[in-house]
Amino acid sequence: MATALESSATLLDQLTDGQTTSLRLTQDCLDRIAAHDTAIGAFLHVDSEPALAAAAAIDRRREAGEPLGLLAGLPVAVKDVLATRGQPTTCASRMLQGWVPPYDAHVVERLRRADAVLIGKTNMDEFAMGSTTENSAFGPTRTPWRLDCAAGGSSGGSAAAVAAGMAPLAVGSDTGGSIRQPASFCGVVGLKPTYGRVSRYGLVAFASSLDQVGPFSGDVRGAALLLEVLADHDPRDATCADEPVPAYRDQLERPLDALRVGICRDHFTEGLDKDVDEAVEAAIDVYRRLGAEIHDIQLPHARFAVACYYLVAPSEASSNLARYDGVHYGARSDDYDGLVDMYCRSRGEAFGAEVKRRIMLGTYALSAGYYDAFYLKAQKVRRLIQQDYQQAFTSVDVIASPVAPTPAIPLGSLVSDPLQMYLADTYTISANLAGLPGLSLPAGFSDDGRPIGLQLLAPPFQESRLLQAAAMHERETQWHLRRPPLAEDSS
Amino acid sequence: MSDSSQAEPLVPELTRDVVLKVARLARLHLAESEVESFTSQLTQILDYVGVLDEADTEGVEPVAGAMGLNSVLREDLPTTSLSRDDALSGAPHHDGSYFLVPPILDPRAE
Repeated sequence: MATALESSATLLDQLTDGQTTSLRLTQDCLDRIAAHDTAIGAFLHVDSEPALAAAAAIDRRREAGEPLGLLAGLPVAVKDVLATRGQPTTCASRMLQGWVPPYDAHVVERLRRADAVLIGKTNMDEFAMGSTTENSAFGPTRTPWRLDCAAGGSSGGSAAAVAAGMAPLAVGSDTGGSIRQPASFCGVVGLKPTYGRVSRYGLVAFASSLDQVGPFSGDVRGAALLLEVLADHDPRDATCADEPVPAYRDQLERPLDALRVGICRDHFTEGLDKDVDEAVEAAIDVYRRLGAEIHDIQLPHARFAVACYYLVAPSEASSNLARYDGVHYGARSDDYDGLVDMYCRSRGEAFGAEVKRRIMLGTYALSAGYYDAFYLKAQKVRRLIQQDYQQAFTSVDVIASPVAPTPAIPLGSLVSDPLQMYLADTYTISANLAGLPGLSLPAGFSDDGRPIGLQLLAPPFQESRLLQAAAMHERETQWHLRRPPLAEDSS
Repeated sequence: MSDSSQAEPLVPELTRDVVLKVARLARLHLAESEVESFTSQLTQILDYVGVLDEADTEGVEPVAGAMGLNSVLREDLPTTSLSRDDALSGAPHHDGSYFLVPPILDPRAE
């Protein structure tokens, strides 16, 4: 029987051949959610009845011989940061608990038009701020590989849902690694597209110069398929690029000739877990065996990336989150004295600690007297980081690195130490500061069985190259075929 | 705290009073325990971001966004927007026509 543990391409074939139906596939996903999600915590809302009805309608249209969209009955899970008409959208925050948006995000419209079955909304760090999904107001997400460890974040629910076979595909968002790092912790493929490749209309804003929406999948082909659906020019997002969208899947089987892979030796120093180091070195060896040239590159300003990011992102967040005023939507305190006190108490009661911390940090960095020393300085360093990449990509096609310094970390290990949590973002945040596309793909396991990802970065709008390079590694290693024991048990 | 002793330190001491002032600017009511934890955590974070002082940014133009980004303009054409009912649907307090807020001219308000 077809299950969401199989690849999206296999499932689409089975749907086309009549070996399975969207209804059966959707029911299988719902069964897995019912069996395992109490333990994993991937979903904040499961849209069972509407999903089954949508699946049945797609099956009827298929039977009637009507043309179907690219996703033709595949269940897709959507991070709870994207507005879904008729389904709650909470951003894992008490601030938006119970809010049902009156409109769909652009990517959600795209999914519906592609005949995806929207199965539910996935857990995340509150307002996408965090690296473990422990900042969710509604409980953490655990990696299906090790239930005492975090799924990563902030898109932990989407990554875990795909890893556990609760949905063959999922959508996340990535502001500083929030797609790539949970993909690594959960052993799936996650792609952050170029800034501007995918519309952010209906994506609840965190840091608007960094946020980007992207796909999760069990394999590279699924990520390519979902990106074809998500990527599009949308006039409602002024930063959304009017660039043609390639048929990403068409080139996947074709290896890249004379691929030049860049390695920055600074990425392999103190603080990098031994198993991660070995897995990434092994992945580089795979490329070497396939005939790629491996080049050392310099990213001299990479050491400033975390500091730069943790000024830029909180500054933008403090401005974006000013909209939660207890008036237009969201929570309002029951107990206040006048208008300003209503703002202060509503925000103080409904935001969690990490969100408040970042609003404070950003407000401070933007405040009179500190603007030049913090925000302006960070904007200048951001340019230097971008120039490093422009220079590096004159001599290489992709850059390979770890995704995170460690495999999935035990729950609770960093929650009380925000700075240490931020420092673990060191490999992923530069791609957001520069606006580059980045991908995480399965590249092995730690000695104790936690998945490890390999990150590949490419120049802007080179998602095709990124996916082709990833497919070369995937064909050679087949790491992506391993599944967490828990997911195997249930079928 | 900041180790830069020469000239003006990048990171001045973050006192409890500064935390309370920033919270007021951000319209955040903080519990006493949060004032304490944020004072020490934000001090640590600001001390860390002081590393940017070591980056030579002489003559570097600040950049606000991603590489090679151009603003995309659209035709200025009228389109439909949210209906009033939809716009009010998420409001904590409304009367069917307007968002309701506490008196804005309350003399006790700042």
